[in-house]
Amino acid sequence: MKQYLNVVTAYTIMIILIILVGIFQSWSVALSILNYCLISAVMTMGANIQWGYAGLINFGIMGYTALGGLAVVLVSVAPVPQAWKVGGVNMMVCIAIIVGIVFSIRYTLKKIQKSKKRNYVIAGIIIIGFILLRLISGPAIESIEAVEPAKTGFLGGLGMPVLFSWIVGAFFAGGLAYVIGKIALGLRADYLAIATLLIAEIIVSIIKHEDWLARGVKNVIGLKRPVPYEVDLQATPWFINLVEKFNSGKLKLINSVSERQDVLNQLVIDASSVYVKLCMAGLFLTVVIILLIITQKALYSPWGRKMRAIRDNEEAAGAMGKNVVKEHLLIFILGSAVVGIAGAMMVTNDGLFTPGSYRPMRYTFVIWVMVIVGGTGNNFGAILGGFAVWFLWVEAAPIALFLINFFTAHLPETNALKIHLIESAPYFRFLMIGIGLLIIMRYRPQGILPEKIVKQ
Amino acid sequence: MDFLNAIILLLNYTIIPALTYGSQLALGAIFVTLIYGVLRFANFATGDMMSFGTMVAVLLTFYFQSLGVNLGVLPTALLTIPFAIIMMILYMLTIDKFVFSYYRIKKSPPVQLAMVSVGVMFVTQAIIRIIIGPFDRRFLDGEKFILKANEFKEMSGLNEGLTIKSTQAITIVVTIIVVSIMFWFLNKTKTGTSMRAYSNNEDLALLSGIDPKKVVMLTWVIAGVLATVGGVLYGLDKSYKPFVYFNNMLPIFAAAIVGGIGNPFGAFLGGYVVAFGEIFITYAYKKFFTYILPESLEPESLMQLLSTDYKFAVSFSILVIVLLFRPSGIFKGMKL
Repeated sequence: MKQYLNVVTAYTIMIILIILVGIFQSWSVALSILNYCLISAVMTMGANIQWGYAGLINFGIMGYTALGGLAVVLVSVAPVPQAWKVGGVNMMVCIAIIVGIVFSIRYTLKKIQKSKKRNYVIAGIIIIGFILLRLISGPAIESIEAVEPAKTGFLGGLGMPVLFSWIVGAFFAGGLAYVIGKIALGLRADYLAIATLLIAEIIVSIIKHEDWLARGVKNVIGLKRPVPYEVDLQATPWFINLVEKFNSGKLKLINSVSERQDVLNQLVIDASSVYVKLCMAGLFLTVVIILLIITQKALYSPWGRKMRAIRDNEEAAGAMGKNVVKEHLLIFILGSAVVGIAGAMMVTNDGLFTPGSYRPMRYTFVIWVMVIVGGTGNNFGAILGGFAVWFLWVEAAPIALFLINFFTAHLPETNALKIHLIESAPYFRFLMIGIGLLIIMRYRPQGILPEKIVKQ
Repeated sequence: MDFLNAIILLLNYTIIPALTYGSQLALGAIFVTLIYGVLRFANFATGDMMSFGTMVAVLLTFYFQSLGVNLGVLPTALLTIPFAIIMMILYMLTIDKFVFSYYRIKKSPPVQLAMVSVGVMFVTQAIIRIIIGPFDRRFLDGEKFILKANEFKEMSGLNEGLTIKSTQAITIVVTIIVVSIMFWFLNKTKTGTSMRAYSNNEDLALLSGIDPKKVVMLTWVIAGVLATVGGVLYGLDKSYKPFVYFNNMLPIFAAAIVGGIGNPFGAFLGGYVVAFGEIFITYAYKKFFTYILPESLEPESLMQLLSTDYKFAVSFSILVIVLLFRPSGIFKGMKL
């Protein structure tokens, strides 16, 4: 128990902080923070698998997150038959062409010796394939996007339950990671970081601009939910009774019947949003716990020891007969798949898919701060980092506002400096995150909860 | 005549903008490459450092404008560049002293330094946003055009107009001056040679009595000049918005890596490769072909390889391709 003391303390502090938000702001806010904390925790675990276990830098996190979100749209939204009718066949042909291009390139790579001729053949295949794609997809995309552009204008999804999409999201992200890993994992650490960041930008820009796929920047709203809707809850008798029971003391004080009904209605509306968020939190917590159990088991298994050996000394591990390239690829895929799940969870939580809000430059670094602050190579640390940094990210502005008011209390309300500072309060979050990262990097480079190596 | 029209069309819409954009990227790319070559880490705070220098220039421009000081036809910002450079260098040296030097002396792995630069990036972003706010600001004054489309049409009698904005001319001229001074310094002076020696082989350089502190300081000084000039030129040409500068870090990195990171001359060329790639691939050639092809062959479509939405994606694809096939850059071994 003693060795887990710091873990327990750190988590208790975190939970107390969230409860404090609940008391001082509102329970709804506290629960949304908790939900996002849980999502960030999943993302951080994914990044931690890559960086902490294997020492791979993956700055492409937003790309996988966006793919996970895309999976939600493609799985859960009802299909648009009209769009399939006008352009479905062409799009299917396009997919076939892409597969054809990939296979013919692989074939040439295998059959023809490394030479100038091979390069020309490959270039030729790509150019011809590209022209074919443009010719076939062009009119199809136009007609798909013309189908009720205000409401649909895309192919739609499969109409399946949304929870299923979390798994699909993992597969999407893992598949992408396979491709990226195949081509980019040989790069040096900092090159890999930049390459993955740029690939994420490319993916996000494709999702943003290919409207036929998921409406692009026009967003998909009203996605399915694995939990009940607030409106339905407010009309269910058992829920109203439950709220009434909970607040019976408060309601008894009110004498007039109509007034009591009004208060009750308000309470039901508040409670329904809290209830929905609680359900979400329960689902997310399940995912986090399952992942935590799996990753802890993996970390302390022979496989985990092998990964650490590869991380700490690639050459030695290679000399001992471990297939470094294969293991790197595997861990790259696994970590990315976890990030994909987080992406799907995030879209499910929001109920909408907004490709415009995926900004690799902005959030990638925040997630990396989470990993480094929490503790690389320690799953508990990764989760804690996700919680702590997201909490700071959200609550930085109120804290900054409080501090500004505190320190400028003696200045009059019209003081230009005070007004300027209050207006720029939201930007203090960058300052806090940055300084936090710098302090941790300097004085505790292992993170808040450092990696523990159990020696059997 | 049609052929001339076609050339002017290309010149107006692709070559001149690409040259301008390429110069701006090139300055940033040399900055990245110098830091990487001498201090040995990928500086993720690049975009924000450029932003910081530009912010100082913007504020000083506003101050000078309020005093009534100006350069006539030239933008006032040119006058503020020296002051901005001094502020930028001071900022960089402060950060180096309090943040980077610790890791350099400890000889931390480059990855750790890169992560530290992420922290610096966040802090710089906060400082910029707290001082000037996140909004879009234009600070260009003076004459806007050197050559207007209509004037050119009258002068030459062609259908196509050629516009040269003053910012485009200023960018290209200033870049040529700054870059030539820098290359002269790096290649012909003793201090520059010692810097290159330090970058090539640190231990040997230390053995031959080169003072590492001096080299590091010089690197930041040159970096400060490049970052500020590059940032101000970009801001004059487009506008100054902190988030855009942050995003520009990616094409700048792309340029530096395409040119072979650690090689300033490669980075300089890399800037143009990225800019020309971006603009040539996303330009719609329909009009161009209507000029040079006979009427029967005129194209129906826009003749655009990729839509302009993918402008950024193009430069990144160039980078990814270069990384995969020639990780050491396409100008490997090229030196001035």
